[in-house]
Amino acid sequence: MTTPLLRLRGLTKAYPGVVANQDVSFDIQPGEIHALLGENGAGKSTLVKTIYGLVKPDAGQMELQGAVFAPAEPRAARMAGVAMVFQHFSLFDAMNVAENIALGMENPPPQREIAARVRLVSDQYGLPLDPLRIVGELSAGERQRVEIVRCLLQDPKLLIMDEPTSVLTPQEVAILFETLRRLRAAGAAILYISHKLEEIRALCDAATVLRLGRVVGSCDPRTTSAREMAELMVGSSLHVPHKAARPEGEVILTLQGLSAKAPHRFGTALRDIDLTVRRGEILGIGGVAGNGQDELVAALSGEIRTRRDMVLFDGKSIGHLAPNARRRLGLLAAPEERMGHAAAPDMSLTENALLTAAARQDLTARGFVRWGKAREFAANVIAAFDVRTPGAGNTARSLSGGNLQKFVIGREIMQDPALLVVNQPTWGVDASAAAAIRQALLDLAAKGAAVICISQDLDELMEISDRFAALNAGRLSAPRPAQGLSVEQIGLMLGGAHDMEVAHVDA
Amino acid sequence: MIRLEKRTAPSRFWTYAAPLLAVVLTMVCGALLFAALGKDPFETIRTIFWDPLFSEFSWYYRPQLLIKAAPLVLIAIGLSFGFRAGVWNIGAEGQYILGAICGAAVGLAFYPTESPFIFPLMVMAGALGGWAWAMIPGFLRVRFGTNEILVSLMLVYVAQSLLASMALGALRNPDASGFPGSRNLARYPSATSWINESAGLHWGVVFALIAVIFAYITLSRHIFGFHVRLSGQSPRAARFAGVNPGLLVLICMAISGALAGLAGLFEVAGPSGLISIDFNAGYGFTAIIVAFLGRLHPVGILLAAGLMALTYIGGEIAQSNLRLPAAAIQVLQGMLLFFLLAVDVLTHYRIRLTARGVA
Repeated sequence: MTTPLLRLRGLTKAYPGVVANQDVSFDIQPGEIHALLGENGAGKSTLVKTIYGLVKPDAGQMELQGAVFAPAEPRAARMAGVAMVFQHFSLFDAMNVAENIALGMENPPPQREIAARVRLVSDQYGLPLDPLRIVGELSAGERQRVEIVRCLLQDPKLLIMDEPTSVLTPQEVAILFETLRRLRAAGAAILYISHKLEEIRALCDAATVLRLGRVVGSCDPRTTSAREMAELMVGSSLHVPHKAARPEGEVILTLQGLSAKAPHRFGTALRDIDLTVRRGEILGIGGVAGNGQDELVAALSGEIRTRRDMVLFDGKSIGHLAPNARRRLGLLAAPEERMGHAAAPDMSLTENALLTAAARQDLTARGFVRWGKAREFAANVIAAFDVRTPGAGNTARSLSGGNLQKFVIGREIMQDPALLVVNQPTWGVDASAAAAIRQALLDLAAKGAAVICISQDLDELMEISDRFAALNAGRLSAPRPAQGLSVEQIGLMLGGAHDMEVAHVDA
Repeated sequence: MIRLEKRTAPSRFWTYAAPLLAVVLTMVCGALLFAALGKDPFETIRTIFWDPLFSEFSWYYRPQLLIKAAPLVLIAIGLSFGFRAGVWNIGAEGQYILGAICGAAVGLAFYPTESPFIFPLMVMAGALGGWAWAMIPGFLRVRFGTNEILVSLMLVYVAQSLLASMALGALRNPDASGFPGSRNLARYPSATSWINESAGLHWGVVFALIAVIFAYITLSRHIFGFHVRLSGQSPRAARFAGVNPGLLVLICMAISGALAGLAGLFEVAGPSGLISIDFNAGYGFTAIIVAFLGRLHPVGILLAAGLMALTYIGGEIAQSNLRLPAAAIQVLQGMLLFFLLAVDVLTHYRIRLTARGVA
């Protein structure tokens, strides 16, 4: 048997009040795509940060190709041949691709040489990328390629990828996977972190599952079902949301030529959107991030005002109305960004309940806040949506992402909306919380409310929506029944691989 | 090795204990400073912090404390709304001057008529003057996106020039044979803000207390206060909650401008008595320190203004009795703010001593 590329032995890292990793041991073989699975808070980030030299373990050792490996900082890890592509990109919008890559180098060669090497690497691995384009104009998938190429220029032995597909269209995912397979064929190993189990089954050769900081199992994802893997992650059998048949209700929302200017420089303008949504249905809206999702939510919630008759709600023109006036009519929204948009991080859950529920739950009397009633409402949300927190007096910041998301979605659902608009309802949320949120959306629709669910997770949209539409550069495609849509059709609706030829891949 | 670790929620204990610790540290370092200047440190500290309140001459100093603290409280309460919402009105000094000019002008226009309606009219004019001056940076920010810090600060200098021209021109006392300065409003019964001069009690003190109560109730009980806090902490969440950001800027500027204008009016119609070239004494700037010293909390501001007034009065006593240089008093006041901000770290972070160093 060959020496493993990277051997982890008994890695332990404790933070005050929580053990992030406990006695984590596993091996990564050369030429292997190794999946790291786990719910949010299972300790995946801490583990990869340890490997990348950002975190120093309290105990345990690592060996890279048989030699002791204890990087004090990321630079040392990179020198040893470990590269990492983060979930959030660190690129400068105003610079071109080659300049961005040069910024990450110790001794950057001249621009022309970098450009040539970028072209070489992108040809070799089937990653279409023009080194002279300005990063600010690139799609999320292209930006990710910049990060990947930046890593590949270092000839890594091990490439760590954190949730790489969350921002990609299916076609872009196909390109990425082809690249990763070529990298594997060249003998490199890849540590691949993802929530998307079907992807892992399609791509990875081995998988290690973490739960509460410990390794709870390993499996061969090619022969293990997604459901089995999910249950390993959660530690119990998984509740799968079920869709009840619903009669078609009357029209609740009509958008007529909805257009709005981009609210800021890197925003997206909405262009001529037509749409009708009926009571009792869930409309799924897919699209790659930055194609107008935030703006569409804002135009519906009232944060962006438009011409009066562009938005018709229950027969009334409401395009000019402010958020609270729309809430009174029954149009509620939950934006994507939990911290700082849907909720104020440093305020208590009671105050955060007041944030959107003041109008509909009658939480004020002549302008004076009825704190008792607000506390009660917050407590009801916490109880009904199984939000794990000591109490409504705790700050939103103290909650984990999944718990805060349950609170934010629950806060709107408990207000009994006629139409609920949610953006990325399960982003960064662990599997069991995500299932609970999806079930709550389905239940809401079953009770006769309409739901618009905007998401980048296509599996999620296919699971819960009745009809599906796609946002691309601020335009909305005509909705189609979700049942029977193929991945290729969806990909085309999403705008393909953003003008880059897929043809490169088949070489 | 010492490490700082962010708390998940601000510590309740340190929220209250930090200002006290800051005062104690200021006293200790101040004492060291005074000792280095060759003064008896204990006597100096006692002179500054104790004598104004409890010495044999405190009958004279206590009213002075009220007179100093009242405008500080009024202005700082107004500023605290804006500061909580992320609206930085640095030009309260100018709004204070305009309040004094407008209020005094109304009073002087009626001279020498006696009527119970004159003073209320002056109060309204004072508030309006401060309000109008604050609306300039407010409107420019909302309409054109200018920086209210710069505009409001620059308007202080405009206000000072206006004050000089008023003292020399339109509002000059016609009976003063050419000397600059207006008639003394404190000697005009219908226009004076004094209630009891020997006790240091004037209408500004009453309004300051009302402002504290009003601000406390608004910030803790009213949805407007909630929106102010929300806007400061998470502007996007505030917009989502239905706050109109432009309107909020204008309201916050209006509150701080009107209260600063009131402070100016009460000062000119009482303790100062007349519009003079150097009428303003920096209350508008000191109030910024008071607002932060008091944690932007109404009760905290009340205490902080008292403390600031104490260092002013005590500092004056120390200057005259102990020949302490005026700059030393300013250093002491600076230390107070410095230590408060430094100790503030404890509210949001906990200190951990780690046994072994991390390489």
